[in-house]
Amino acid sequence: MSLDPAAVRRIAKLARIRVDDAELPVLAGELNSILGWIEQLNEVNIDGVAPLAGAPGMTQALRADVVNDGGYPERVLANAPDREGDFFTVPKVVE
Amino acid sequence: MISDFTLASARAALRQRDISALELTNHFLTAIDTLNPVLNAFITVTPDLARAQATAADAALARGEHGPLTGIPLAIKDLFCTAGVRTTAASRILEPFVPPYESTVSANLLRDGAIFLGKANLDEFAMGSSNATSAFGPVINPWTRAGDNRQLVPGGSSGGSAAAVAARLALGATATDTGGSIRQPASFCGIAGIKPTYGRCSRWGVVAFASSLDQAGPIARTVEDCAILLGSMAGHDPKDSTSANIAVPDFAAACRRGVKGLRIGVPREYRSDDMPAEIETMWQQGLSWLRDAGAEIVDVSLPHTKYGLATYYIVAPAEASSNLARYDGVRYGARTDGADLIELYENTRADGFGAEVKRRIMIGTYVLSAGYYDAYYIRAQKVRSLILKDFTDVFAKVDALLTPTAPSAAFGLGERMEDPLKMYFNDVFTVPANMAGIPGMSVPAGLDANGLPLGLQVLGKPFDEETVFAVAQAIETAAQFTTQPSIRAKG
Repeated sequence: MSLDPAAVRRIAKLARIRVDDAELPVLAGELNSILGWIEQLNEVNIDGVAPLAGAPGMTQALRADVVNDGGYPERVLANAPDREGDFFTVPKVVE
Repeated sequence: MISDFTLASARAALRQRDISALELTNHFLTAIDTLNPVLNAFITVTPDLARAQATAADAALARGEHGPLTGIPLAIKDLFCTAGVRTTAASRILEPFVPPYESTVSANLLRDGAIFLGKANLDEFAMGSSNATSAFGPVINPWTRAGDNRQLVPGGSSGGSAAAVAARLALGATATDTGGSIRQPASFCGIAGIKPTYGRCSRWGVVAFASSLDQAGPIARTVEDCAILLGSMAGHDPKDSTSANIAVPDFAAACRRGVKGLRIGVPREYRSDDMPAEIETMWQQGLSWLRDAGAEIVDVSLPHTKYGLATYYIVAPAEASSNLARYDGVRYGARTDGADLIELYENTRADGFGAEVKRRIMIGTYVLSAGYYDAYYIRAQKVRSLILKDFTDVFAKVDALLTPTAPSAAFGLGERMEDPLKMYFNDVFTVPANMAGIPGMSVPAGLDANGLPLGLQVLGKPFDEETVFAVAQAIETAAQFTTQPSIRAKG
């Protein structure tokens, strides 16, 4: 499995990272080198093995379904690159 | 001499009022002024805040209030959110970010009376093994090879924390470890550092990289200093659902337990043909020290060790691509405008992230994408299960494991940058502990032929940091490692 520049463009699009056309072949080379090395996992026998998503022995912690934080819009908005009143701003999405 | 203080001896001097917290703090601030232009260990220094905290500490000490860390100046890795103090993760995308809240770990340190000197440099988003990926420039290792003044890397990602402690710019530092980021820089800089069990320290307020692997821990000059710091940093936190509700033992007391009767495992898969002979020699020396102190040495096997790194480079980028999706230029951090919302996202992330972070996000995006998820991500999670089983099986037979921390001593600035895979191999001995969630500590054990420090790694059972500290202390006591780096604060 080898990524061509078109596949790298598709991944960059999914990752929401602008990549210039000139960078695509370089990135493809780097990503292919990493993915090629990762292929070694194919030699491991994983029949009947359950996947491990996180640290072992953890049980899900539950808490009461109540509001336990908030009520300070100035702190929430303090780092906004741009704001209007108590809102974050983005470019116009709907005409 | 203040520069000779360990954290423990400084604490004793503060309690006896032989020195004030303000004197101690001013000493370190002056040392940072002198050496940070050379080492670049700090991204942000907070002298006014540090002096205000020192004055408060002196008032507390005058009232006879001795917190576990009252008056102790520390460096905080710039991955821990600090209220009102810029927190960058060494990334352009967080360059303007000033958190309105304090991470739980740093809040615990403040609760216990610590003083924060500033924010330590790191690899961008903690992704790297040389501190060369920081958007704020590389950190320089305070050590140099004998008769050769070329600059070396401090290791990474906690390179600033390690360099600051090694150069005597702080008594200790916070750090984080996702694949070796505490232990490898500790080894490269001739100091101690422990990654505790996953869940021991809260991750709340720590900028996330790979959430199932990230764990905070201390870096300090001695094993005991690490134990004192971890005692303050650790503890259950309801704000982190993966934080363990397990009591924090007296880690410092565990350092004095000794190793008599302990069974220490030597995993044969950690031996490789291309490992420098002096690392093998030091490993044997470490085993011999433990045997002399009354431990029994046992050969063991961790058959899936060789797959640890490849598994890591699926799991960590997958989690990173998800975690770093939050940097969108809308709610906080840097923004680069675009004609529409998608373009705003793409421009912001293209300008804000460095090359290594982009590579990992893209690898993660790919291995999680439709059609590849089972072949890469699920397969990696199954191999992760097998790596955990290796450790579970071995810990039925032994109390702890001893291995080298890293496959080499510190290397030159700019080396191993051309090929990402070469950089990744730094973490070959440290990554398995993150995959299994177990504690691991690096302790300085000797010097290589060039006069550079080498560390040994102690691995322990989940939530048995006490045995790890006991074994590491036995190594430290036997090694008598007293050599100091060529660049360090004096006075």
